[in-house]
Amino acid sequence: MSVSSATTEMVDPVPGAAAPHLPQQPDLVQLLSPEGERLEHPEYSIDVSAEELRDLYRDLVLVRRWDVEATALQRQGELGIWASLLGQEAAQIGAGRAMAAEDTAFPTYREHGVAWTRGVDPLHVISLFRGVDNGGWDPVATRFNLYTVVIGAQCLHATGYAMGLQRDGAESATLAFLGDGATSQGEVNEAMIWAASFSAPVVFFCQNNQYAISVPLERQSRVPLYQRAAGFGFPGVRVDGNDVLAVLAVTRAALAAARDGQGPTFIEAFTYRMGAHTTSDDPTRYRLASELEEWKLRDPIARVKAYLSRTGVAGPEFFDAVEAEADELAARIRSGTTEMPDPPGTAMFDRVYAEQTPHLAAQQAQFEAYQASFEGGGH
Amino acid sequence: MTETLTIGKALNLGLRRAMEDDAKVVLMGEDIGRLGGVFRITDGLQKDFGEDRVVDTPLAEAGILGTAVGLAMRGYRPVCEIQFDGFVFPAYNQIVTQVAKIHARSRGRLPMPIVIRIPFGGGIGAVEHHSESPEAYFAHTPGLKVVAVSNPVDAYWGIQQAIAHPDPVVFLEPKRRYWEKAEVDTDATPGPLFASRVVRGGDDVTVLAYGPMVKTALQAAEAAAEEGRSIEVVDLRTLSPLDLDPVFDSVRRTGRCVVVHEAPLTLGLGAEIAARVTETCFHSLEAPVLRVGGYDTPYPPSKLEEEYLPDLDRVLDAVDRAVSF
Repeated sequence: MSVSSATTEMVDPVPGAAAPHLPQQPDLVQLLSPEGERLEHPEYSIDVSAEELRDLYRDLVLVRRWDVEATALQRQGELGIWASLLGQEAAQIGAGRAMAAEDTAFPTYREHGVAWTRGVDPLHVISLFRGVDNGGWDPVATRFNLYTVVIGAQCLHATGYAMGLQRDGAESATLAFLGDGATSQGEVNEAMIWAASFSAPVVFFCQNNQYAISVPLERQSRVPLYQRAAGFGFPGVRVDGNDVLAVLAVTRAALAAARDGQGPTFIEAFTYRMGAHTTSDDPTRYRLASELEEWKLRDPIARVKAYLSRTGVAGPEFFDAVEAEADELAARIRSGTTEMPDPPGTAMFDRVYAEQTPHLAAQQAQFEAYQASFEGGGH
Repeated sequence: MTETLTIGKALNLGLRRAMEDDAKVVLMGEDIGRLGGVFRITDGLQKDFGEDRVVDTPLAEAGILGTAVGLAMRGYRPVCEIQFDGFVFPAYNQIVTQVAKIHARSRGRLPMPIVIRIPFGGGIGAVEHHSESPEAYFAHTPGLKVVAVSNPVDAYWGIQQAIAHPDPVVFLEPKRRYWEKAEVDTDATPGPLFASRVVRGGDDVTVLAYGPMVKTALQAAEAAAEEGRSIEVVDLRTLSPLDLDPVFDSVRRTGRCVVVHEAPLTLGLGAEIAARVTETCFHSLEAPVLRVGGYDTPYPPSKLEEEYLPDLDRVLDAVDRAVSF
């Protein structure tokens, strides 16, 4: 038997790897070109005020600075690890700003930009990567769930939560974040089946950053990811993930449709992870520098700045002010991190259950007695 | 009101009452709606409570548990039916990495009041994956609670208590005993869910069992009594947390302890119980704590399950060994 796959047509398998043709892709929703020119799209339009544009630029710059600072802190031994969002700022800010106050986000562990849009204190994210806790923010108050590290597991949570919204008659939706690698997970596929079957108000927001750590998209899928949605029975859209306006427009529309009872949408935000998977990773082992150079030309912030400058919506004074604010944020993150106290040893015994069991209370007492047995009350 | 109920019917009535008491209770599972479940435990509930509260789910166990997590985050109290013990493993990731940890991860901000109903154990002549005893996997996981019922009274009250409980509860139902009957007083005040119970007094040996093995242990005690040997039987009822104080009291009197379960012997609940009884009752013990369990094999084809499963004779054999040690 022949093992040739010649009869299987590969449809646009990895436009990321060598993709100078990216802007010409017919299915890619783009409203702001890499050069900072406004584009029109027949299905997606957006009307943003000058102030909103400046705010988006500010968001992008601030989360990038946060990210750069966190990477530096990890290199200096202040964080155990950091998962950088570098290059994915527009995807995250666009998606986060598309959410209404009552919508709820279900992030992976890289959604710092979305966290920012939900008002999460960066230090509450940093504390997770420092090893102080599993995320210090309040997922109920912020409507930004805690980071989920097991790949794709949160997509089912977002779908179940959306089913709860349906039962409550709430006019809100959930936004499930996932990456390209996660699309191979059974649970992600189950989430999409559930979402379709129950017409749940959930939007699947996939940041296709081209790599699952080292493995390129072609190992996850033989078709463009957004086309998978058709098989589940709901719309799939591919958007330029480095175009904050397009992401904002597409996600807003998908969330509005979900809230309106039209069921789920799958959004593939086509982007690129400019940094390593995490600070423990070495991307030079699996991708070419030329690829990185290619994507630098599509930087998500530069195009907004170019557009703001060209249209006169913002000038040097504004850009300088944002830089100064970024400096302040970085300084606050730095001092807040280095001054962050370690948790007490007994913290691990807290909240395992709604009420501590007698058995666990006894273990905690044993732990405390052991600690106290050392001179000075600890070691 | 006192009624004669099977375990299955007691569960059905308990679920009904829990759904009447709290509109946030949602039942989810495969075939639980129109069909009423393959064991008919949810019979009639979809008709009375509607498709939004008794949900026939797609056929995917991880999906059931994962969406239950989301519903719980939204304030619902999902009760998930896993059709058979051996089918819980596709959901194992959600149970262990999410359901069990979210309360601690969120420092108490996100309670996970999810009940995972699993018909467990063998003895029904079934094919592979329909006769297993997976309790140790869950009892080993911090954040979960695990209970096993053995009779209609505990089934009726236990399911309601598990649903009202704020932590996730793996609720193990002894499938081969679903048709066992007893009088259930539905107006009584139930005892606590997370407590073991001495179900037969005795002086010579303490036999511990849970779920389907409680009946086996009681039968063994009955047979032993005819030979003049007095066995105390404790129904453990809660497997995580274990409630061993009544066990310790018993073993201090009898000096001998035998633990019985259907699950494979190695690293089963019996191992943990033996360790704790030994630690706590060392000076009272006249014999090592002995275990009677399934063998360390995959659950065998049904023609062999009578050999595999602990029965009255194997329990008595262990009792003899404990007495003659």
